[in-house]
Amino acid sequence: MSLGSPIVKEYFRSDRLPHIWCPGCGHGVIMRGVVMAIDNLKLDKKKVCVVSGIGCSSRASGYMDFNTLHTTHGRALAFATGVKLANPELEVIVVTGDGDCTAIGGNHFIHAARRNIDITTIIFNNKIYGMTGGQYSPATPLHEVGTTAPYGTVDPDFDICKLAVGAGSSYVARSTAYHANQLIKYIQKGIENKGFSVIEAISGCPTYYGRKNKKGDAVDLMNYYKDNALDIKAAEKLPEDKKVGKFLTGEFHHEAKPEYVSEYMKIVEKVQKERSENE
Amino acid sequence: MEQEQKKKKNLKTIREWCKGCGICVAFCPVKVLELENEKVKVLDYDKCTRCGLCELRCPDLAIYLEEDQNE
Repeated sequence: MSLGSPIVKEYFRSDRLPHIWCPGCGHGVIMRGVVMAIDNLKLDKKKVCVVSGIGCSSRASGYMDFNTLHTTHGRALAFATGVKLANPELEVIVVTGDGDCTAIGGNHFIHAARRNIDITTIIFNNKIYGMTGGQYSPATPLHEVGTTAPYGTVDPDFDICKLAVGAGSSYVARSTAYHANQLIKYIQKGIENKGFSVIEAISGCPTYYGRKNKKGDAVDLMNYYKDNALDIKAAEKLPEDKKVGKFLTGEFHHEAKPEYVSEYMKIVEKVQKERSENE
Repeated sequence: MEQEQKKKKNLKTIREWCKGCGICVAFCPVKVLELENEKVKVLDYDKCTRCGLCELRCPDLAIYLEEDQNE
């Protein structure tokens, strides 16, 4: 008999569990959050396609029992765009990491956002390259340490949500592995949004990020996110000195605008109609 | 009534999947969990309120609530 909760039995390949992630890695919490969002929305499993790239985060597609596609580094969104255009009826969900999405796949990311294609992207942001040994990523905060920045990075980090909004995404939100219920709610709203949705999920990496930056173990990282996450609406009312050292969570952007697959299909229909009229 | 319904749920753990990170122990509101030999152990099933926060934040899907199959 397979192990696990009713949710695990329904939506996970439990013969693949336990997963390979380190003790206390936030990725497991976020992966469960994606599945809970799908369960809450009562989506048909056969109509969901989970696409991932390369890295710790991208292992998630192997554990989740949907149509899944584990692709090449940074290219999850490129494959997902193909999947969505070929099968617009599928609910396409991309699971990717901070490095996979904003470094190696940075171009795919901004262009998927610009097109506003109906894909929900969940970025598992552990602020470091975990799988390859703790190199700093575009999301590693300035002056923090990675194996490739032993004295601290001099590269300012991306604000992934601002990047996503600037590039044209129609739904953008950020939460953390600690705030798992809020995260599930944002993923649900992202899936429901017809357009490109980005949910940045801050994940604790105790093995590399936590240890190298002396931020403690899994529980310490969870407590850090608990104590330092500041809701964007609450932040608007706070004086600047109360925001020092905090990071913003919440819904940053939500707008209705033309979606790529629909617009593409309109062109196809228009040209087909014109051609049939000319024949 | 609500409490009775909650009590019908069983709190279960999977030793083989638990990696002993301690997140469930740290964030249990009624402190009924502990680590024993780096694996989660439920200290007091009666005190557990079945709030489900352990299941929500367990990265390893190793602790969960389930309706009692025997009733």
